[in-house]
Amino acid sequence: MDPQSAVEKNGNEVPVLDQKMHRRKFLMFSGVTASAAAISIVGCKKKDKNDDGVNLGSGDIGVLNYAYALEQLEAAFYTQVMASPYAGITASESAYLTDIRDHEIAHREFFKNALGSNKIQDLEVNFSSIDFTKRDSVLNTAKAFEDLGVAAYNGAGKLITNPAYLLLAGKIVSVEARHAALIRDILSNGSFADLTSLAPLGSNNTNGLDGALMPKDVLAIAGTYIKTKVNANNLPTS
Amino acid sequence: MNLQHIITELEKVDPEVYDRLDSRRGAMQRFAFAGKVLAAAAVPFALGSMFNKAYGRNTATILEVLNYALTLEYLEAEFYTKVVATTGVIPAGAALGAFTVIRDHENAHVTFLKAAITGSGGTPVAKPTFDFSGGSYVGGPGTGNGPFKDVFVNYDLMLAVAQTFEDTGVRAYKGAAGDLISNNDVLTAALQIHSVEARHASHIRQMRKARGGSLVVGDVKPWITLNQSNIASAAVQPTYNGEEVTNQAGVEIVNINGKVISPAAASEAFDEPLTMPQVLAIVDGFIV
Repeated sequence: MDPQSAVEKNGNEVPVLDQKMHRRKFLMFSGVTASAAAISIVGCKKKDKNDDGVNLGSGDIGVLNYAYALEQLEAAFYTQVMASPYAGITASESAYLTDIRDHEIAHREFFKNALGSNKIQDLEVNFSSIDFTKRDSVLNTAKAFEDLGVAAYNGAGKLITNPAYLLLAGKIVSVEARHAALIRDILSNGSFADLTSLAPLGSNNTNGLDGALMPKDVLAIAGTYIKTKVNANNLPTS
Repeated sequence: MNLQHIITELEKVDPEVYDRLDSRRGAMQRFAFAGKVLAAAAVPFALGSMFNKAYGRNTATILEVLNYALTLEYLEAEFYTKVVATTGVIPAGAALGAFTVIRDHENAHVTFLKAAITGSGGTPVAKPTFDFSGGSYVGGPGTGNGPFKDVFVNYDLMLAVAQTFEDTGVRAYKGAAGDLISNNDVLTAALQIHSVEARHASHIRQMRKARGGSLVVGDVKPWITLNQSNIASAAVQPTYNGEEVTNQAGVEIVNINGKVISPAAASEAFDEPLTMPQVLAIVDGFIV
């Protein structure tokens, strides 16, 4: 949490479109600051304690670690899917899921190397709620992960300050969206961009907009599948 | 291919285009040279490079990017409106349903972007006149006689053009995101449109794979493999050039950290951006 830098970012040469938003945003922000600062202090105090979980960090590094955490989850999932394919998997499904597994491993390993010494530790996953022998269980989980991944990247874009990192996130999110559309179509052809169904993830069908969620909302959903506690308290919020 | 035309389009979203190029005449001379030595299909990419040099590291303003996005959405919205209005070309049922979903999204994007531009104190660009045959590439703008002249009667060609538009759109929004970094609301909305375009691309690609047909080359996947268009037309290649990279921010993805990642998978895992001039050079083939 770094309220000061976020204020600077918002106050920095604000284009016309943002001006009418500005006062409301500022008010919202000042309201948030007090509680966020409190959380931040608590977070700092507990930083080195085990029960505080894996700290993603702050600023752009924190956001990249957040993406790294999600890619660890996805890569682990598809690795398991292809290590023990569900009953009745078709050749086409197998080929697609193998491709997706490789993409997610590529994303995970990319973040690991790009983050270097700033990277978080390997997360332990919890897939006890998934029946890897059943097609429905696997594909519906895949759908949930891909749609959530898209909303996560879309929501996190504004938290990034370095344009190069923003571009990298953009390079990945459209591939996640391609995955999401495919998995949806395998389950129900034509549902590739059913934005109405994505409303819980922040979509807007009237405007043709996909999901977008903030990290705390994403982690609340993804947390079911991650055994290691993830601490996102120091991530930027705007 | 008409350079004046491209510059006119550029000028609509960037009034300072002439200042960025050394001069109008200089630009025309360079184009004349390029046109002599390059095959027609390679011209858009060469033009993109030329404009990239002219633009250097200058960034577009929020309003320029919004009007640029609006131009692309006008193109897609009118295309799918015409697609859905065809008779006897598209199989009834799932295919028509998918095109209808996509058409509605593109129209929603047009309405949304216009409102965003007006709300920012800007003026939305007017909708261009389109020639979906690609008459401005070859055959003459507005003649309907370009390389894609059967686009609304030949279903394979319709799908191929749709795929190209979607993949171009994904690359366009990706390339523009950095110019929106100062405005959280606009950036988020652009990202939300970007991933919807990627979902469309994925589905159109699945439709092409399921159908096969004479224009399908190789294995059409929902994602882009290397710089393959999987379309039997050199005219669409500029939309795919540059997608083949396997190194991201200095990190080589092929077999990274001892994991078996093929060059194909490494390229598929990351979609690549196009700059505004590169995209406009592609799109201009369809603008009268």
